[in-house]
Amino acid sequence: MTALPAHTDKKLGLVIDLDTCVGCHGCVTSCKGWNTENYGVPLSDMDAYGADPSGTFLNRVFSYEVQPEGKAAQTVHFPKSCLHCDDAPCVTVCPTGASYKRTEDGIVLVNEDRCIGCGLCAWACPYGARELDQAAGVMKKCTLCVDRIYNENLEEVDRVPACVRTCPAGARHFGDFADPDSNVSRLVAERGGMDLMPEQGTKPVNKYLPPRPKDTMEAANIPDLKPVTTEASGFLGWLDKALEKL
Amino acid sequence: MHPAPSVIIFTTFSGLGFGLLCWLGLGYPDVTGMTALAFFAIAYAMAVGGLVASTFHLGNRKNAIYAFSQWRTSWLSREGIMAVVTLLTFAPYALSLIFAETVIPLLGYVGAMFALITVLTTSMIYTQLKTIPRWNMPLNPVLFLLYALAGGALMAGEAKVAGILILLLTLLQIAAWMMGDGRLSAIGTDKGTATGLGSIGNVRMLESAHTARNYILDEMVHIVGRKHTHKLRIIAAILIGAFPALLLLLTPAGHVTSFVALASHILGVIVGRWLFFAEAEHVVGMYYSRG
Repeated sequence: MTALPAHTDKKLGLVIDLDTCVGCHGCVTSCKGWNTENYGVPLSDMDAYGADPSGTFLNRVFSYEVQPEGKAAQTVHFPKSCLHCDDAPCVTVCPTGASYKRTEDGIVLVNEDRCIGCGLCAWACPYGARELDQAAGVMKKCTLCVDRIYNENLEEVDRVPACVRTCPAGARHFGDFADPDSNVSRLVAERGGMDLMPEQGTKPVNKYLPPRPKDTMEAANIPDLKPVTTEASGFLGWLDKALEKL
Repeated sequence: MHPAPSVIIFTTFSGLGFGLLCWLGLGYPDVTGMTALAFFAIAYAMAVGGLVASTFHLGNRKNAIYAFSQWRTSWLSREGIMAVVTLLTFAPYALSLIFAETVIPLLGYVGAMFALITVLTTSMIYTQLKTIPRWNMPLNPVLFLLYALAGGALMAGEAKVAGILILLLTLLQIAAWMMGDGRLSAIGTDKGTATGLGSIGNVRMLESAHTARNYILDEMVHIVGRKHTHKLRIIAAILIGAFPALLLLLTPAGHVTSFVALASHILGVIVGRWLFFAEAEHVVGMYYSRG
């Protein structure tokens, strides 16, 4: 049944630091690389070398400009993937039971052997986190690299989602939000981690850290530089005087 | 939302088909034998045809049988089950009318109720979506039920009842269009809440995550149809609507008037359903530079 579990033992998810992300799209590439050859059908591309290429991605990086009043505009790079919501609307709308949220760790997954590709779960998701693969006709979404994080064939350092492992800026963090002392819980507490579209009532597990406040030229209170001399001396002084006389 | 022909045909014709079944179950028109066969053939063709059309947009039809399994949580699953249950309930009722010329009233009443529940479940597939505020309002299921009852009455030959229902339907549809216009801004979702950056300042898109189109844009950020919204609403209201109601209520009942009214009504419902999808704004549009 596609009922949501009343409680999950763990709440695995990501913290994405909007202050640190440099918008390199490395996470997008590593995500596609890992997930196209592991869990479920490949992430297909359509017309990849033609005039109108498109493809399935589980993670995409947008860039926004924020304009605070009376201050300089800021650029914010914004990675977006499934937030593994506690109250995931994509799960309950599923007619086949293909979409489900795991009781043990809260990961939201799609069982492709039951999916009919109706797309209703993608309609129910406010974040655009689910994409219907155009080659296979089944719904694809972030698995939180469920096939990496418990995989004992990998080095321990690699047992995190591919996007976290690859991020060169350290802007992505993986952990258990049910544990108040975990790295992700501490980051959220220290930096004011926030939900996307809280008014939609989805209770996302993934949290975003807002950009740190920027200082401004005025706030830094740097005194204007004063000229240390008004007259040039030496050769330049002679040149100045000579040119004045012309 | 993308106004796919499969879902427009599905909602239009299965709604009309189940609407006609509802009236047949209540004994309108009171027909038996070959006439009953003709009525049930039309009702089944529309209901089943619509349901078959809805499967055309499925990416992976081979798993379709599982769609009947999640009735406890999923409106789409409930809709599938109720459609099959309704069609099966009407089968013995129709066969008895056609071949034995015998009415089984209880079966008809139960079937009529099931037909309306089926239409209700169809409407809830759309109404349940908080992500599409224009659909997410209580008037939406009322409209779907009225569309089925009004169109059904028209096909059942109940000209005067149909005229009144169609008039009511048209007024409520116009009200729904106007109420729908304010829904997106009323829920408060904007680029600020979508990105969480609204507390810093005004947010605008600098660069999209993808330069090419993708599934999300194709499916949920359809904006092509919105340009002619106003004109199409007027056209739909007249066709659904004003013209058939006047024809039915002001002229003597007859096959020709009923047929003209029905043709106009069905055409209007198709235009209206196209608008229903094309006009519907999905909140995911907030992540893009378009709404």
